Amino acid sequence: MKSLTSEGRQQSAAWTFLAPALVLIGVFFFVPVLAGLVMSFTDFDIYSIGRPDTIRFMGMDNYRHVLADGEFWRALRNTLYFVVVGGPLSVATSLAAALLVNAKVARMKGFFRTVFFTPVVTTMVAVAIVFRYLLHPHYGLVNNALGFFHVAPIDWLGDPHWSMPAIVLLAVWKNFGYNMLIFIAGLQSIPEDLYEAAQLDGAGWRAQFVHVTLPSLGPTFLFVGIMTMIGQFQIFAEPYVMTQGGPLRSTVSVVMLMYEQGFRWWRMGYATAIAFILFAIMMTVTVIQMKLQGDRGQS
Amino acid sequence: MKRALPSLLVHALLILGALVTLTPLLWMVSASFMPTGQASSFPPPLLPSAPTLEHYVDLFTRLNLARNFANSLLITVGVTLFSLVVNSMAGYAFAKLRFKGRDATFKVLVAAMVIPGQVGMMPLFLIVKSLGLVNTPWGVMITGLATVFGIFMIRQFALSIPDDLLDAARIDGASEWRIYWTIVLPVLKPILVTMATFSFLSAWNDFMWPLIVLSDSSQYTLPVALANLVGEHVQDTELMMAGSVLTVLPVLGVFLVMQRSYIKGVLMGSVKG
Repeated sequence: MKSLTSEGRQQSAAWTFLAPALVLIGVFFFVPVLAGLVMSFTDFDIYSIGRPDTIRFMGMDNYRHVLADGEFWRALRNTLYFVVVGGPLSVATSLAAALLVNAKVARMKGFFRTVFFTPVVTTMVAVAIVFRYLLHPHYGLVNNALGFFHVAPIDWLGDPHWSMPAIVLLAVWKNFGYNMLIFIAGLQSIPEDLYEAAQLDGAGWRAQFVHVTLPSLGPTFLFVGIMTMIGQFQIFAEPYVMTQGGPLRSTVSVVMLMYEQGFRWWRMGYATAIAFILFAIMMTVTVIQMKLQGDRGQS
Repeated sequence: MKRALPSLLVHALLILGALVTLTPLLWMVSASFMPTGQASSFPPPLLPSAPTLEHYVDLFTRLNLARNFANSLLITVGVTLFSLVVNSMAGYAFAKLRFKGRDATFKVLVAAMVIPGQVGMMPLFLIVKSLGLVNTPWGVMITGLATVFGIFMIRQFALSIPDDLLDAARIDGASEWRIYWTIVLPVLKPILVTMATFSFLSAWNDFMWPLIVLSDSSQYTLPVALANLVGEHVQDTELMMAGSVLTVLPVLGVFLVMQRSYIKGVLMGSVKG
């Protein structure tokens, strides 16, 4: 039945079907990525756009300059703050929400699931603006709610010590619903008899959580952890809209620094080197995380 | 956790969580109807004293945001339709057609998913510029017209199409194009609906690339226009909230209508691990 003509026909049909996607992805993804790698070793800047013959190769100079630049380290520190503080906070919030929505006694699960997920689909620019006002030291709802508990007003967006926590707050609110969904699916795939066996052994809810729920969620944690981290390393719109990187550059992220260098000052070679350094950091941290979690899963 | 947490505690926490989650959005809507200056009074009011539509009127008259709304809509719908066709053709080919180099090509694409877009952003801008697409809707759309993620999702779904169904059509003399159009696409409908929702939301909400490509305020998408507006009108809380409502409303609407298939898609995407 699989005659030669059918095979040949599928062969040529396949490439026709693939052509639009492969051409688009090739021209607008693979070519730019490879060109970016080359560009990161050159002094490509605004003058190079009109006079490509002036472009010079500089070897590793861009990378050296980035790594010697205090601005870069400041941006990296801010970004790492976001990853290290915001990541676990966001994952913990997601897990708590998932446990509540998935609790046996909970009613209207669908309603609460939808409510918790709603921020995920909203436009970051719009909600970052909303948070600017919610975090206003005097008129903002957040400080007024805290005032109820006798917390002195916090200058969230004006005080360099509070600006990153403010961005973490926005990001956790915006994103926890996404990982919540994945945790709910993970929780639902834990076999019921594991809990029954634990109960027979006299395990209370805390023991069940520690010895049944958490270990069973291992693969989910790995997935959620890596995806969350990758997203957070690329943070851009939150600080761009909410703080413009301020106050005192306390919220400039690595991608924001890349944007400024590349598209405001047109130092494109330099900006591309920043992007590749960030990529290398993300890959390294991902591999470490997979190793750590993989080892834990085996023991 | 059977009988683990008492019902009262669970529901109290759920309701508290829902309130905290919804407050920013509800306040946004409420403040957008407040008369100018009311949102910046102390203590902060939760509801408008005298609800007004003046800020919405302002957005569409003085600030001419209808133009930006139209830009966003055009780009979003364009990207969604175009990517559905391109991704479904490729996804189907990877899943069901027998050809040399299939697995190798697919592996390269999937491996490329780990590369963050920023590393190619400067050259991409230069390519878009050399094509004369800077400051045009096409320049914005170009990154979303074909996506590895979309191809991947559609391929996973298309794997379940029985080969016999396709071979029978071939024996009946149907062309490959006809098989795709009359047999494959109808079967793929559920995943296409999911991917359309994904694509709509991400294209509408996208910020960084439109910000880079568009330089003229008449060409801005709604999020870029809004981010620009907040620079000049930061004191006009109520006006900015009306703008935020306008920006969020379409995606919220699409999500609420499509949530079942959207959520299914999120879970499918996470299974690949």
